[in-house]
Amino acid sequence: MAKKLPKTDVVIIGVGWAGGIIASELTKKGLSVVGLERGKERVTEDYYMAHDELRYALRYDLMQDLSKETITFRSTEKIRALPMRQYGSFLLGEGLGGAGVHWNGQTFRFLPYDFKIRSMTEERYGKDKIPPEMTIQDWGITYDQLEPYFDKFEKTTGISGEENPLAGKRSNPYPTPPMLHTPSMKMFADAAKNLKLNPYTVPSANLSESYTNPDGISRAACQYCGYCERFGCEYGAKADPVVTVIPVAKKTGKFEIRTHSYVRRILHKGGKATGVMYTDLTTGEEIEQPADIVVSTGYVFNNTRLMLLSKIGKPYDSSSGTGVIGKNYAYQVIKGNAAGFFEDKFNLFAGAGSLGMGLDDFNGDNFDHSDLKFIHGGNIAHTITGQRPIQNNPVPEESPRWGKEFKANSLKYANSVLSVGSQGSSMPFRHHYLDLDPTYKDAFGDPLIRITFDFEEQDRQLARYLSDRCAEIVQEMGGQNIMKLKELGPYEITTYQSTHNTGGVIMGENPGNSAVNNYLQMWDMENLFVVGASAFPHNSGYNPTGTVGALAYRTAEGILEYSKKGGLLV
Amino acid sequence: MLGGVLGYLLPKQKTPPAAPAPAQNENNYNQALMFFNQEQYRITEAAVERIFPADDNGPGAKELGAAFFIDHQLAGDWGFNARDYMQPPFYVGEKTQGYQGRLRRREIFYIGLREIQNYSQKKYQKDFPSLAPEEQDAVLTAFQNDDVKLTTISASGFFNLLRSSTLEGVYSDPLYGGNKNMQGWTMRQYPGNQMAYTNIIEKNFTVIPPKSLKDHL
Repeated sequence: MAKKLPKTDVVIIGVGWAGGIIASELTKKGLSVVGLERGKERVTEDYYMAHDELRYALRYDLMQDLSKETITFRSTEKIRALPMRQYGSFLLGEGLGGAGVHWNGQTFRFLPYDFKIRSMTEERYGKDKIPPEMTIQDWGITYDQLEPYFDKFEKTTGISGEENPLAGKRSNPYPTPPMLHTPSMKMFADAAKNLKLNPYTVPSANLSESYTNPDGISRAACQYCGYCERFGCEYGAKADPVVTVIPVAKKTGKFEIRTHSYVRRILHKGGKATGVMYTDLTTGEEIEQPADIVVSTGYVFNNTRLMLLSKIGKPYDSSSGTGVIGKNYAYQVIKGNAAGFFEDKFNLFAGAGSLGMGLDDFNGDNFDHSDLKFIHGGNIAHTITGQRPIQNNPVPEESPRWGKEFKANSLKYANSVLSVGSQGSSMPFRHHYLDLDPTYKDAFGDPLIRITFDFEEQDRQLARYLSDRCAEIVQEMGGQNIMKLKELGPYEITTYQSTHNTGGVIMGENPGNSAVNNYLQMWDMENLFVVGASAFPHNSGYNPTGTVGALAYRTAEGILEYSKKGGLLV
Repeated sequence: MLGGVLGYLLPKQKTPPAAPAPAQNENNYNQALMFFNQEQYRITEAAVERIFPADDNGPGAKELGAAFFIDHQLAGDWGFNARDYMQPPFYVGEKTQGYQGRLRRREIFYIGLREIQNYSQKKYQKDFPSLAPEEQDAVLTAFQNDDVKLTTISASGFFNLLRSSTLEGVYSDPLYGGNKNMQGWTMRQYPGNQMAYTNIIEKNFTVIPPKSLKDHL
């Protein structure tokens, strides 16, 4: 029999970006909030020994412990899904701050096109442009409706940036000026301009200068130490929930964080959530936390899995195309890159997670797709994130991968290979989805989440197109012996690509095609809000966190309204 | 512009030591074995040296301590796959699904090193460490290309593990037992871990003497 605790106004599952934002906004208005985090407490002092590539980048110190819980994967319904036994394609966050601790901080707004993707694509190219199996849909919200929330997230985090001529209209400039420019970033900008493209400095949560946000939280400037992605920031310069929103919520005295608390079920009765059941990992005790409002902020996999395990919403059925939970799983097409060898050496050991120059001439519908066999595109960027030595040993394609010649080449080129990469968007397909695995279990005996996903012709065409554009820029920068993608190949789970998984509890205009409305409120359960990239009906050609942050702020507003009036907000 | 936090964090500027050669008889107590027996250690030492050999640029993986690094890693969490999902059932999967074996890294090394020895004996009637460098390369290439047929483990899988852990031993912080005196970093002009690069981020290539985590304690 589970121990039952006193009821709280709101219980939040997972304390990362989405959980932290919602906790800070609700507690500021006087609601009592309990945050349940399955990982441990984290503080900036944890990272004074953070410049350790082996511990953090190769041994995944900040990531979820896969021995207790992982995902299973199959490329089609015809084969058996098997567990991701070791990390590869993407990394799962855990602990206070979640993946917001070890992100790079590249903070974009999805394009106006993204939110109206089906109607705008059909309007410009006709209905036949979208293959029948591609299940894109309008998001039930427009860029203009979401703009104030993007603005809010950027102010909280202090994003450093400059105007991007091909992005949606902004109500305010970025809160802080762009990051410093390295010599190779200048080369990229010059090359892009020569090619009549529109380069701009990548918007960064790393902070170009010290900054105090509207909540009164001050942070120091980035030191370009070269250890962002997979690492925590020892300066607190990188925006992270632990150094921004969580302290604001804590200060109100209304936010109680319980770490090592693993939520296993959302409890519900008569169509309404009544609270959650979690296991205290330090004692093994099962505990019930009743609440008026439940907010699930477990990004993608945990949000979807909790809905399925708790039997909330209608599970997606790929054979009939009905149901919604697990639908529209999408990813990021990240392999459309190019790299070149240069005569000069560069300070590639230095950098920051979001230091770089980018352009959106080939993103969204910013270019004509009439003669192309794909829709959408991707952001193209030259980023300087710190080339750490174990993971970065570029050698010419024909060079051996070990031995005398490898050593000589890898040392020779350690500081003179520049790359230009793309973040290709990822469209959903009817046969790509998440559900519960019939065989493999977590440490509690609950089924793992199962991914059914592969790259499609859309992705192959898009990756090759973007890789060609990247190669043109590298060539214009003066690169020699240029390496680029030849063929995308099948999706495989062993090579790191991106942690930008999306979908599963998607938003939309009506309960027929979506699980949540544009306040991320469940259509089927009005006091349950499901927040994260799980809400994205497709993934854009950008990092997702800016859009997750904006949606979280909007959700917080919706919850406040709901707490007063009740009922569906849309 | 640099806040109080930075002033507090930055270690006092001191002239970095020019990677002093340790005295000949200085003991490095880290250089002993936690997992391998002496034969396994000698095979590993010979193999890592072929993957990353000594040359005009500087020392090879052997002198850098990569074999001690691997020994120490196999003795801990990584060797036991402690943070990997190792629950049954085990099925042969598609290549896209990644490693699906039941063996842990320490068992794979145990078998792999023995098979390197067996193959060397069969082909050259000698132990792997006693082979000429070209013969050692031929043995490793046979593993890399799966020309060696093994029933227990994947020969190429073992080779890839050996290669990646060699690079880890060459380039990880010296605290783990490899990258002796930061010479791995020095060879590729990698400054190890510095607290800040604000002064050079806008500049052309700058050689900075490396620092290790020990400098930040």
